[in-house]
Amino acid sequence: MWSIVHKMGSPPWFFRFANGAIAWLLPIVLITLVVGCVWGLLIAPPDYRQGNSYRIIFIHVPAAVVALAGYYVMATAGLMSLVWKIKMADTAMRALAPVGAALTFVALVTGSIWGKPTWGAWWVWDARITSMLILLFLYLGVMALSEAFDNKVAAAKACAVLSLVGTVNIPIIYKSVDWWYSLHQPASIKFTGESAIDASMLYPLLLMIVAFYGLFALSVLLRMRTELLVTHRQSAWLRSELS
Amino acid sequence: MLPELGTFLRFQLQRHLQLALRRPSDVVGPLLFFLMVITLFPIGLGPDPKVLAVLSPGILWVVALLSSLVVSGRLFQADFEDGTLEQMVLSPHPLALSAMVEVFCHWLLSGVLLALVSPVFAALLNMPSRAIPVLMVSLLIGTLCLSLIGAVGAALTVALRRGGVLLSLLSIPLTVPVLIFGAAAVREAALGYDPSSWLALLGALAAGGCVLAPLAIAAGLRISLEA
Repeated sequence: MWSIVHKMGSPPWFFRFANGAIAWLLPIVLITLVVGCVWGLLIAPPDYRQGNSYRIIFIHVPAAVVALAGYYVMATAGLMSLVWKIKMADTAMRALAPVGAALTFVALVTGSIWGKPTWGAWWVWDARITSMLILLFLYLGVMALSEAFDNKVAAAKACAVLSLVGTVNIPIIYKSVDWWYSLHQPASIKFTGESAIDASMLYPLLLMIVAFYGLFALSVLLRMRTELLVTHRQSAWLRSELS
Repeated sequence: MLPELGTFLRFQLQRHLQLALRRPSDVVGPLLFFLMVITLFPIGLGPDPKVLAVLSPGILWVVALLSSLVVSGRLFQADFEDGTLEQMVLSPHPLALSAMVEVFCHWLLSGVLLALVSPVFAALLNMPSRAIPVLMVSLLIGTLCLSLIGAVGAALTVALRRGGVLLSLLSIPLTVPVLIFGAAAVREAALGYDPSSWLALLGALAAGGCVLAPLAIAAGLRISLEA
């Protein structure tokens, strides 16, 4: 099991691994995305209260779930880079941050579009929306810090420390925002008050979550492979790999 | 001929306090910033004492957060520039502890001072007087958390030329729980409820921060010296 960790440190090994994984993931992601979208957006029954407008849930929830998980993946990569000094973990962190930020942004935008017909406003300071906004700020902070350093190794280490600090903070932020929200007790409609989601909507939603995880992994691998191509463009192994 | 850890930390504390007290403008500056930003609110919102009283817990806490962040940018700057930081890293005493001394001094001269003069600012915003002791206690504990978070950001950005804005970008998301607990405690007290649970949460944050933040600060300082 540990040999994988050692292999991860080697760019040539990772390059071959990424090529293989991308070839596998691409069809899986395409199929799950298409099936999930058609199932969720066309086949699943409309909601009895929200009608068809609820269908954005099939984009909104997967994006939000994966965006939050992505921060933990990024922090894990940071820990690996700090503890085992694995080069590819640095590359992974740099690749992960923008993908995670993009997903958080998608979750916020779809949430706001969903909020317009449901709450009657583009933006409501709801506990979960606020937490997602702070998550976006955390991602942007990591990206800004990584840009600010000239030295790439130092940048990766600094981002690793920051993302670990963020990981400790995220549960506290989520809980505190929850309390903050309940303290103010606004008079808006709550989604969570509704009955549990029906199976006819749950299965396409789960499928879309799987598809988004795949999409996330695929984008990260593609970004990592691109970075390998750029940084190692002079290396002999890459030439022999490509020829 | 190395001093014992205790002596070493006491010297550090003395040195930081002496350096800060020789330049009193650095100590007074943040308080003036606080006062001036507070002044902007009645000008922007209108002078209605009732509106100001309702908003005062939030305003005071947000401004305290901002002024704490403004000063934490300079936290390790002088030591980084004159090489003291390198000596601290090289010394056999743990960097986390000597960095913690620095943060503690910073808190004494910014946060504690701010908490002590906060009743004046509370009066400016017409805050109910029963909330003022809670405001002082919450600022006292909360600014320690803010100093610790700011120090993590400062340690990571001290080697960067344009670290100022970046420091705020990194630190502000992390300060959200402190702001929520602090402002909630003062607001509850202003409404006449018991704020002790919020103060306890703030205390928990400060205790946890005192344990974990020094590790992150030390790691950040080492990275900054390598960069």
